[in-house]
Amino acid sequence: MGDLMVDIKEVVIVSGKGGTGKTTLAGALVNLMEDKIIADCDVDAANLHIIVTPEKVMTQKDFTGGKKASIDLKRCTQCNICRDICKYDAITKDYIVDKVLCEGCGACYFLCPARAVEFTPSLSGYCYTCSTTHKEIFVYAELLPGEENSGKLVATVRNMAREEAQKANKKLILIDGPPGIGCPVISSLTGTHLALIVTEPTPSGFHDLKRVVELAHHFQIKTAIVVNKGDINIKYVDDMKKYCYDNGIIYIGEIPYETKITEAQRNMKTILEFDPDCHASMAIKEIHKRLQSILEEI
Amino acid sequence: MRIVFASGKGGTGKTTIAVNFAFFLAYSQQKVQYLDCDVEEPNGHIFLKPKIDERLPVKVMIPVINQEVCTYCGECSRHCQFNALVTLPNNVLLFPELCHGCGLCLRICPACAITEGEREIGYIEKGMALMGIEFVSGLLNIGEPMAGPVIQQVKHHYNNDCVQIIDAPPGTSCPVVKTIIDADCVVMVTEPTPFALHDLKIAVSVAQTLGKQIGILINRENGEFKPLKEYLLENNLPVLATIPEDREIARVYSEGSLLMERLPLYKYNFIELSENIKKLFGQRTYG
Repeated sequence: MGDLMVDIKEVVIVSGKGGTGKTTLAGALVNLMEDKIIADCDVDAANLHIIVTPEKVMTQKDFTGGKKASIDLKRCTQCNICRDICKYDAITKDYIVDKVLCEGCGACYFLCPARAVEFTPSLSGYCYTCSTTHKEIFVYAELLPGEENSGKLVATVRNMAREEAQKANKKLILIDGPPGIGCPVISSLTGTHLALIVTEPTPSGFHDLKRVVELAHHFQIKTAIVVNKGDINIKYVDDMKKYCYDNGIIYIGEIPYETKITEAQRNMKTILEFDPDCHASMAIKEIHKRLQSILEEI
Repeated sequence: MRIVFASGKGGTGKTTIAVNFAFFLAYSQQKVQYLDCDVEEPNGHIFLKPKIDERLPVKVMIPVINQEVCTYCGECSRHCQFNALVTLPNNVLLFPELCHGCGLCLRICPACAITEGEREIGYIEKGMALMGIEFVSGLLNIGEPMAGPVIQQVKHHYNNDCVQIIDAPPGTSCPVVKTIIDADCVVMVTEPTPFALHDLKIAVSVAQTLGKQIGILINRENGEFKPLKEYLLENNLPVLATIPEDREIARVYSEGSLLMERLPLYKYNFIELSENIKKLFGQRTYG
């Protein structure tokens, strides 16, 4: 497996702050980049499938992230041991396990003297492999509302994407990532070849950008930056350019504020399909060219 | 009263609404506490400009293995559901980032070789912000995967004499559950786009599962978006307030300023929000 993997490059789009335009850029890059597998790793709020339409679902897999406890009240002697040891306060005084609070550690299961606890795998989401209207393979997932283990589900999506890439002999996996810096982001970033970070020229955008850059560098991942809504505050764009220069980050360019992006989304289209000649589309085409040359050097 | 601002999709304006609403209430002579539970990327401090006078570490329990007593029997790693322990022929390795601090290994070890230790994964900042708003924010250390314990720690600082405004993280998974689980009311900040609607539906179902009162705030309103309107009608979800799409708001935000100070006409939107939240509870005050 190792040797075959060498040739596949993985590019992940992240942002730190939510709503900066990850999926908008990912959708446009789906139109521009060739010879690839598409993966959506924002598993608790996946959106790429809204604009990159999956025409046919080829496989749907259940995802069981971990186990959950439940108590058989007929066997339970109400000794209270489980309630004492549960660190998550997941067991009520009537000995009912709250499925939302249970983290699936199994302490109650292993330590119940009456063996009254059952500990069974619980369904926590679904994984899909689809083919798009352009006959490309697109892997995405849905975590059930409020579930844990989003990091594990991300890993599952990435493994499925790699398998598809090997089968179809594709050289690139384009990943739309989640916001934040926690477990699903770490799981989306590790082992990729480039983190393409989409930010916006605001204090929040900049604050969150620095944290996600630090995270990527912590895992030794090369970083490149795109500033969306670049014309909202030019001062921040200059600060961000300087920050990139000082920290060895590739500054790719800006996308202007564009109301057509919302219109495109409402029409279930990527901005490039909706209006290939608008300012945002033109800017993204330039970004794509820079990205291609960066990828060739990796 | 404890009011959470959540959304599902990121970037719909949770923080903008939460900080301006906190400011509005404080301006209206309410005692207000703002708590930032978006511990991966907290932004409330940018707008509320707190003077931080306390910084408290967030620690989680991890096992400490006494290698002199350990028999390398492997019981701890066999039982650990998070693969945080690996037993080798003459060593036990701990992967601290994977540990959930459940303490099962301590109890299961036949040689009693494991004791409780602790590890810092983030910190809490407390202070006084603009208009006398009490400010609490959690920060997850970079490289740490688990936001949950930091969110829980933020909540140890609730001041129940205040109206509590809580800024939630984006998404719909466990950090969001931990944030809204003890709320009185969840305001879902959404925008009239297919992405936001898709994620709103998931977030609403999380809040409904937890039995919460839910109200909607439509941000960046820009002509009618039928699918949203239909969804809200079908599910009987009340719209508490609407904020229009306005490039001036984006500009004020990009300068780290409050709408309440720079675009005071928007005060009326927050009056509406406040009145409608009270109505949701059939109350006249936040008492």
